[in-house]
Amino acid sequence: MKVANTQLWVHDQDEALAFYTEKLGMEVRNDVTMPEMGDFRWLTVSPAGQEDYSIVLMAIPGEPVMSEDSAEQVKALMAKGFAGTVFLTTDDCQASYEELKARGVEFTEAPEERPYGIDAGFRDPSGNSFRLTQVKLSALT
Amino acid sequence: MAFVPPARHLLRAKDLADARYFEPLGVEDLARAAGLSRAHFSREFRRAFGESPHAYLLTRRLERAAALLRTTDNSVAEICLAVGLQGIGSFTTSFKRIYGMTPTAYREAFPPAVSQAIVPACVVRAYGRPQHSTFREDSAKAST
Repeated sequence: MKVANTQLWVHDQDEALAFYTEKLGMEVRNDVTMPEMGDFRWLTVSPAGQEDYSIVLMAIPGEPVMSEDSAEQVKALMAKGFAGTVFLTTDDCQASYEELKARGVEFTEAPEERPYGIDAGFRDPSGNSFRLTQVKLSALT
Repeated sequence: MAFVPPARHLLRAKDLADARYFEPLGVEDLARAAGLSRAHFSREFRRAFGESPHAYLLTRRLERAAALLRTTDNSVAEICLAVGLQGIGSFTTSFKRIYGMTPTAYREAFPPAVSQAIVPACVVRAYGRPQHSTFREDSAKAST
């Protein structure tokens, strides 16, 4: 068994697409719109070189999939930063930090030394949080 | 330009408290990060996150202080300054109110235990931050 995709709510798919590809440098795996399903758009991205896994950038649906009430609650939770976190790893946290920063990613935490390695934090435009971690292999020995 | 929910701006203020708690940062600065007047900001922040921005910033600082007490041998005075609090007296008072013991007693009660699992810093910060309380709430609880 493997994890294939995980879904992340975003408040605007076009805005998310621009952020994940232009700023984070990820690649689009699928971008399919289905007219027979009320123009549902299946939009997935993942880092270059990691083709067997992707993040599904999912728009918050309206009725009848989700009641207006529930949609409002999800939107509010997302804006408050409680809808999800993605944990990324990198071989060089400082280098990745500088690369992403140069492309306009706003970091909430600059790289810092931790017991388990070096990591930094940022958010996507929807408020989802990201950790960018250079794991120290000896952390658990 | 996509519509940005108002709470997203409040989250910027919360992120600022998490990122720069060690600076002499106040509610005024957080309000500016959210682009709101101070009074309006405090009300909206409380509505979104269930506590005042002042309480959030204070408990963030105390959580960081507690972590430093557990994981370093820095003095209590150094730790007080390192988390952005100015006076050692008010630090000790707030710490005792929230953790139920002095910083020194807290340090003795929690010997360093960093190598049990790789728990990311954001998890430590989020789950380690204490519930805020005031003396008024304490006495209200005691009387019920």
